[in-house]
Amino acid sequence: MTVVATKTDGQAASAFQAARSRLPGAAAVAEQRQAAFDNYTRQGLPHRRVEDWKYTDLRVLMREVLPLAAAPDHAHLARAADALQLHAIDGVRRLVLVDGVFVADLSDLAELEPGLSIRPLREVLEAGEALDDRWPAPDTADAMVAFNAALMTDGVVIEVGADITLQRPLQIVHVAAATEPASIVTRSLLRVGQNATATLVESFVAADGSTRYQLHDALHVTIAEGGRLDHLRLNEDAIDAFHIASLFASLHGQARYNACALTTGGGVSRYQGFVRFNGDGAEVTANGVNLLNGTQHADTTLFLDHAVPHCVSREVFRAVLDGRAHSVFQGRIMVRPHAQKTDAKMMTRALLLSDEAEADNKPELEIFADDVTCGHGATTGALDDTLLFYLRARGLPEKEAQALLIQAFIGEAIESIVDDQLRALAIAVGERWLEARA
Amino acid sequence: MALLEVKNLQVRVEEREILHGLTLTVEEGQVHAIMGPNGSGKSTLSHVIAGKPGYEVTGGEILFKGEDLLAMEPEERAAKGVFLAFQYPVEIPGVATMTFLRTALNAQRKARGEGEFSTPEFLKKVREVAGSLGIPQEMLKRGVNVGFSGGEKKRNEVLQMALFQPSLCILDEMDSGLDIDALRVASEGVNALRSPQRSMVVITHYQRLLDYIVPDVVHVMAKGRVVKSGGKELALELEATGYAQYTEAAA
Repeated sequence: MTVVATKTDGQAASAFQAARSRLPGAAAVAEQRQAAFDNYTRQGLPHRRVEDWKYTDLRVLMREVLPLAAAPDHAHLARAADALQLHAIDGVRRLVLVDGVFVADLSDLAELEPGLSIRPLREVLEAGEALDDRWPAPDTADAMVAFNAALMTDGVVIEVGADITLQRPLQIVHVAAATEPASIVTRSLLRVGQNATATLVESFVAADGSTRYQLHDALHVTIAEGGRLDHLRLNEDAIDAFHIASLFASLHGQARYNACALTTGGGVSRYQGFVRFNGDGAEVTANGVNLLNGTQHADTTLFLDHAVPHCVSREVFRAVLDGRAHSVFQGRIMVRPHAQKTDAKMMTRALLLSDEAEADNKPELEIFADDVTCGHGATTGALDDTLLFYLRARGLPEKEAQALLIQAFIGEAIESIVDDQLRALAIAVGERWLEARA
Repeated sequence: MALLEVKNLQVRVEEREILHGLTLTVEEGQVHAIMGPNGSGKSTLSHVIAGKPGYEVTGGEILFKGEDLLAMEPEERAAKGVFLAFQYPVEIPGVATMTFLRTALNAQRKARGEGEFSTPEFLKKVREVAGSLGIPQEMLKRGVNVGFSGGEKKRNEVLQMALFQPSLCILDEMDSGLDIDALRVASEGVNALRSPQRSMVVITHYQRLLDYIVPDVVHVMAKGRVVKSGGKELALELEATGYAQYTEAAA
């Protein structure tokens, strides 16, 4: 095999070499990092001939690998604090990462509920705790996951004990504040104990005056038997940001995972979810909305692995595309041989508001069991002229009529959000996008 | 001044001329019926008055309260008091009927420089009208017309008419797809809205509807023109003789 070294390979190697000495973790962690980096180097950036990355060719879209961000200084933190003010959500317990570093001063660690433990990833790694013991390593050879494992700087490690119902949602906020072009590499872990219930909001934002950045994030979620996690993810990154994030979710018996991911930010972004059913009777809702304009490219790729019987999965995905935006949805549902009585449905729809926008939808079913209910569908189209005329004939100006129809269109993905405040927040993200468009 | 004056209107859809110089005058407070065979251009006329895209006006004019209606966007026409009750009201999943009604009413009021309706006032009004039309409250929470029967959709059109209080209502084949009971309920709703300040144009194929909504003037349309006008007795005459004489005469 011929390995062609590209410019980005060299940049990645120097980023790793330069950062190595300050990357947290005892010797065992350092070995894991080296192994992960070797894995990344063998593969290089994913490109269009790698099936999972077919529509998001990083050799074209990611022209450089930026050096790892420096730890935020006082000025960066001050600007991050301003950004937090702007994106504040009432009543949540906020956990803040600035340029990939956990900042306790900006976080709310006061009066932790009994059974709730929150630690920075750095601390966990430095204590020499191997992550693989309690959080199974992701079952993927994905090059960007390996890149993240090699360079992860910090993150949040959250454990919710058995039978605990968290009253306040947790929010992990990623703030980019660096004034030099930089890579931000984070990994967080959330374990929801047996019969425990938690809500997580993830926000990705940029502080005023931050420069271009590349964010690499990973989130491990484990939900023990009977546990429940509601998860809202808001990618409101800077419009020129590069954003690659992975989710690894593992569900045990009767667990519930109810997620909705909204993307309005980022120049190039990819959110890839690997969801695995490890216990009977678990249920997953993994919805998403991409609202894109200009030359934005956003890719949502989901892999739902029905490895055990009697599990339910639902995905409702919506893309609204203006300008020359490009949205990708890939959803693969795997039903393994003994996963009988699986009930899996996936529906993806894209709305094109301009002639130059592009949507790629690729739902896939791989079924190896014979007693299952599975379905998927995909549509792409423009706003319905008949509906628009009806609304205008009732007095709504054209833009308002469009906005109402677009809100209804994305509403089908958002309505699964249980918490009223968070659902309103998601609706407001859509409204802001529509206002910016008008 | 007449409320609506259509003068020598010529309309094309793509390359085909549908209306060949249609003239129609509707005075304030009058109810006019337009009858005619399929393809005579009745629905085209209603669409052009409401401003539906896709029609090219090649000649003539439409004046509404003396203003050039054709120069206005559909939403401006609505705010000025033009209301088209659709032959086939659309379904809008995800937009609750209540939200739709409030958004539309407030958009019209805003365009007229009036203040927004306060919510309790609005709710009270909607409940009142919905009650009189036999529209259950539960239906108002559902998406616009989603899962509604043909009769419920038409009643929802009448509900909007009652809320928006337009000065010109055009009812496009309100009777299509309705059984006799549904037709009676919808017609009673329309009749309750008859007033000296409001004109109506009732477009229909059959005389049946006009037993319920009794017109002041009846027009017969054939091949893109009004070929005869008369009193309500003209409708009964048509029922007996059919349209054949007019389509032949117009040919």
